[in-house]
Amino acid sequence: MAALFKARRALGMVVGHGVRCLSQLAELPELHQMMRQTCRDYAQKELAPIAAQLDKDHRFPAKQVQELGAMGVMAVEVPESLGGAGMDYLAYCLAVEELSRGCASTGVIVSVNNSLYLGPILKFGTEEQKKQWITPFTTGEKVGCFALSEPGNGSDAGAASTLAQREGDEWVLNGTKAWITNCWDASATVVFATTDKSLKHKGISAFLVPMPHPGLSLGKKEDKLGIRASSTANIILEDCRIPLGNMLGERGMGFKIAMQTLDSGRLGIAAQALGIAQAALDCAADYAHKRTAFGAPIGKLQAIQFKLADMALATESARLLTWRAAMLRDAKKPFTKEAAMAKLAASEAATFVSHQAIQVLGGMGYVTDMPAERHYRDARITEIYEGTSEIQRLVIANNILKEYQQ
Amino acid sequence: MLPLRFRRVTMSARVLVGVKRVIDYAVKIRVKPDRTGVVTDGVKHSMNPFCEIAVEEAVKLKEKKLVKEVVAVSCGPQQVQETIRTALAMGADRGIHVEVSGKDYETLGPLQVSKIFAALAKKEQADLIILGKQAIDDDCNQTGQMTAALLDWPQGTFASEVTLEADKLKVVREIDGGLETIKIKLPAVVTADLRLNTPRYATLPNIMKAKKKKIVNVKPADLGVDVSSRLEVLKVDEPPQRQSGVKVETVHDLVEKLKEAGRI
Repeated sequence: MAALFKARRALGMVVGHGVRCLSQLAELPELHQMMRQTCRDYAQKELAPIAAQLDKDHRFPAKQVQELGAMGVMAVEVPESLGGAGMDYLAYCLAVEELSRGCASTGVIVSVNNSLYLGPILKFGTEEQKKQWITPFTTGEKVGCFALSEPGNGSDAGAASTLAQREGDEWVLNGTKAWITNCWDASATVVFATTDKSLKHKGISAFLVPMPHPGLSLGKKEDKLGIRASSTANIILEDCRIPLGNMLGERGMGFKIAMQTLDSGRLGIAAQALGIAQAALDCAADYAHKRTAFGAPIGKLQAIQFKLADMALATESARLLTWRAAMLRDAKKPFTKEAAMAKLAASEAATFVSHQAIQVLGGMGYVTDMPAERHYRDARITEIYEGTSEIQRLVIANNILKEYQQ
Repeated sequence: MLPLRFRRVTMSARVLVGVKRVIDYAVKIRVKPDRTGVVTDGVKHSMNPFCEIAVEEAVKLKEKKLVKEVVAVSCGPQQVQETIRTALAMGADRGIHVEVSGKDYETLGPLQVSKIFAALAKKEQADLIILGKQAIDDDCNQTGQMTAALLDWPQGTFASEVTLEADKLKVVREIDGGLETIKIKLPAVVTADLRLNTPRYATLPNIMKAKKKKIVNVKPADLGVDVSSRLEVLKVDEPPQRQSGVKVETVHDLVEKLKEAGRI
């Protein structure tokens, strides 16, 4: 009986919210369609042609980031009063997917700025902090980054060993953060440090640090497999002093801020993975029409057809999960489980689809003349950052067990 | 002190911009099996690229405060509202949807559209009409010229540069021999060519604002325009398949072959 009630409640969350929700899954509202189209046009014309070179040169697309800032894409959810576009999270996910379809590195740069940097400040910042740390980061002139992981802990976020000690009217930060996306191009960061080691994860706090800043230095840029146009490096804090007003949220709130930020952030990554998957599918389907073997285009062969069907299915399923999670978030309903499902599904879809795309292209898939190899390399990280696939499975399982609590 | 006429024109100048919904330029066109036209069902449509350039030019004039209002106009069925909304997202102030559907829409051509534009120009008291030089589906390149003739207004077609100077428009036109500069008095019709400008991407805030801008529905009959066509399409065919060429050994052979083919 209780199970039935819970099932009905779960269904009600989707249907009861209004037919608008379901029909949005079937077809996006006009506003979102227009937004998606403008991002798709931009990605096709401005990102796709340079993506291969950006990857080769490991070059940050500064000009494109500025243009995207002017379009409002660097701060989709930020209200207009603070300089953002004032749109919802579904719109943001659509934007990241379309941009990632052109260039996955640009997609993650946009995603990190929106979800991981602007997100927590928007949610937990004071009015003063919002003006100082949000508005300059909406135009594309400046981007931010998010420093949670350390050399000693990634998934084990509660074990942060970076310390923050209060000295008079300053916080002094010491420690090293690892794998920080955007850091070589960023002008500010949200840093997580322990203020009370005895409280374990409840003793972590969040801080806002401008970049560059005395006491903050950057490690060497990592030489990555993929998303090479986005910089990734360590952030080293040695006696880094910041005013007391730079604490984000309350003392000890850091872990909660990090987890809630990542809940949303993983939808951005899900969107990025969808973009990569779609780009790989585009590449494979196009090739299936053009390449002939055994006297006909290979698209006529069932082996290729089954691959394309599986690739499209994986992408579309993950896309609907992503949209649903975004819509739940926009409706201010709990969305943690759905976000984890979306990120898991999308990232595994990206690796599957890009793997199969190389297979469809055969030898051509292995060389840099075609983008398939870049999609394969770009896809791989989506299963790792902002919560590994293993962590996503734990999140989903925990939520399910809670739903079925005896 | 600016002459009264100039002040009146620029302070309250209203621009009508025509935007046509056409099959997207990247789509591979297929002829219908019954050869009466091309396949449009389920095919991606977007704003005619030259119309995008026209909208961009009008919005730029507004940003320079040389004109007061930009009105986007499109003729067709319900779907053309998407095209008008795109123009609104680029910065047009309001839209007019002239409802034409079914058989009338299939046979709608430059003559009827130019009559509609002429009627609207009078009704809206427009000072300037900017159109794309041609649509990429029919490639007619007639609507701008016909509209100007019906209104008895001067025209600056194939514009690659437009400058407002007092109450005149200086238009640099792309012609076969190079560039021609003319000065025409407002009110006038301008048609946009490729190099006039680079259309902007609709920004997210502008897309949001576009939602609130008004699109008014109008019927051709309300404007006193008869949209029935005097043209009948007999058939539509694919272009002939490209034949493979022939290699010859010497210049002499080449001349012989050309003579055989009746080319010289």
